Amino acid sequence: MTNKIDTDQFRFELLTRLGDSALIMGHRLSEWSGDAPTLEEDMALSNIALDLIGQARLWLTAAAQAEGAGRTEDDLAYQRDVRDWRNLHLVELPNGDFGRTMLRQYFFDTYHLLLLEGLSEGSDREISGIAAKTLKEVRYHLRHSSGWVVRLGDGTQDSHRRMVNALDICTPCVPELFEVDEVYRTLEAQGFVPAMNDLQAQWERQVSAVLSEATLSMPEITNPMSGGRTGLHSEHLGYLLAEMQFLQRAYPGATW
Amino acid sequence: MSATVENTRLRVLEVLDSVCDPEIPTVSIRDLGIVRAVDVCDESGDIQVQVMITPTYSGCPAMQVIEQDIQEALGRAGIDHVAVEQVLYPPWTTDWITDEGRRDLLATGITPPACRACEEGPTETGIRCPRCGSDQTSVLSGFGATACKALWRCDHCLEPFDYFKPH
Repeated sequence: MTNKIDTDQFRFELLTRLGDSALIMGHRLSEWSGDAPTLEEDMALSNIALDLIGQARLWLTAAAQAEGAGRTEDDLAYQRDVRDWRNLHLVELPNGDFGRTMLRQYFFDTYHLLLLEGLSEGSDREISGIAAKTLKEVRYHLRHSSGWVVRLGDGTQDSHRRMVNALDICTPCVPELFEVDEVYRTLEAQGFVPAMNDLQAQWERQVSAVLSEATLSMPEITNPMSGGRTGLHSEHLGYLLAEMQFLQRAYPGATW
Repeated sequence: MSATVENTRLRVLEVLDSVCDPEIPTVSIRDLGIVRAVDVCDESGDIQVQVMITPTYSGCPAMQVIEQDIQEALGRAGIDHVAVEQVLYPPWTTDWITDEGRRDLLATGITPPACRACEEGPTETGIRCPRCGSDQTSVLSGFGATACKALWRCDHCLEPFDYFKPH
């Protein structure tokens, strides 16, 4: 067993997937800055956004190195168009109300922590190093979002109704979290990434316990999303990129 | 190791003691556990210094400023040829904050971590008010003014305070 993924293309793919989901999630949360329901939540969401954007920088810097084509983290973040993005559908979902943001975050944080724990024990030293660093931050994210899911689900009639609505919107994005393609399957067989079946089983067990505490339950999924990791996205991502990439598109190479 | 190399190393460490975290300007980056290693080597009479630092949180916006501050402080002390590099592994933990760092935090009005993060995991008991010392405290928000802090309140003297999160 080598201590580095030997196929540069697969390494680039994995690193981009990790970086893209962190960056888009972070950008979405940053949309709450100055606009959250309370000052404390404003700080919390901005802090979590900052963690995720910092994590995205680590992943995308490593991705650019793996690619070896002279691109930088900024090139990857600001100069790729929709079809080149490798993030999950879940993270590009619009914020909606605070309850929907928190449910989306809880689904993502649970998945994110399990994934990073698995990666931290994987055999690629650079990837396991970044995973070990970032998972400590994600533990705090999960504690925050799971707490809110319980408070809002088991809260007032209005907050409960909003969480039921949030479940209807977020759950179609759940099956994609555990989707496995050739890239993942190969890396899984080589011990670089955690076994997806185990990850899914743990996610379902943990989420079902928290939802039940929140007096909520998973609705049946009739229209699952798919393919984010290979560049298929909803219309929402284009609008997000238009805002996030505006400056570098209008003034390429601008620095300050 | 030559005497010059060892003297330079000690001098660098001394200078780094005067470089503070830009967001907590009363605590040095050495006491916060941000400085991981200092290597000095003699390249045929040319003294090269390498300072390894590690970020507290991935998104910590202070890292760039810290790098600059290190370069400037060493430059002022007449130490040139300095390379500052970031290392990620092993990941930074609050367990690396020194006793002096903990005292400095408390004096600044920030309660230092109440537990060893790596051994016990984060707990929320025994957190004392940095002003009156009471342990009758409650959390206001898990996230505070910077990534490394949470916002708490003392239920005895009623003042809010920052808590440096175990990490």
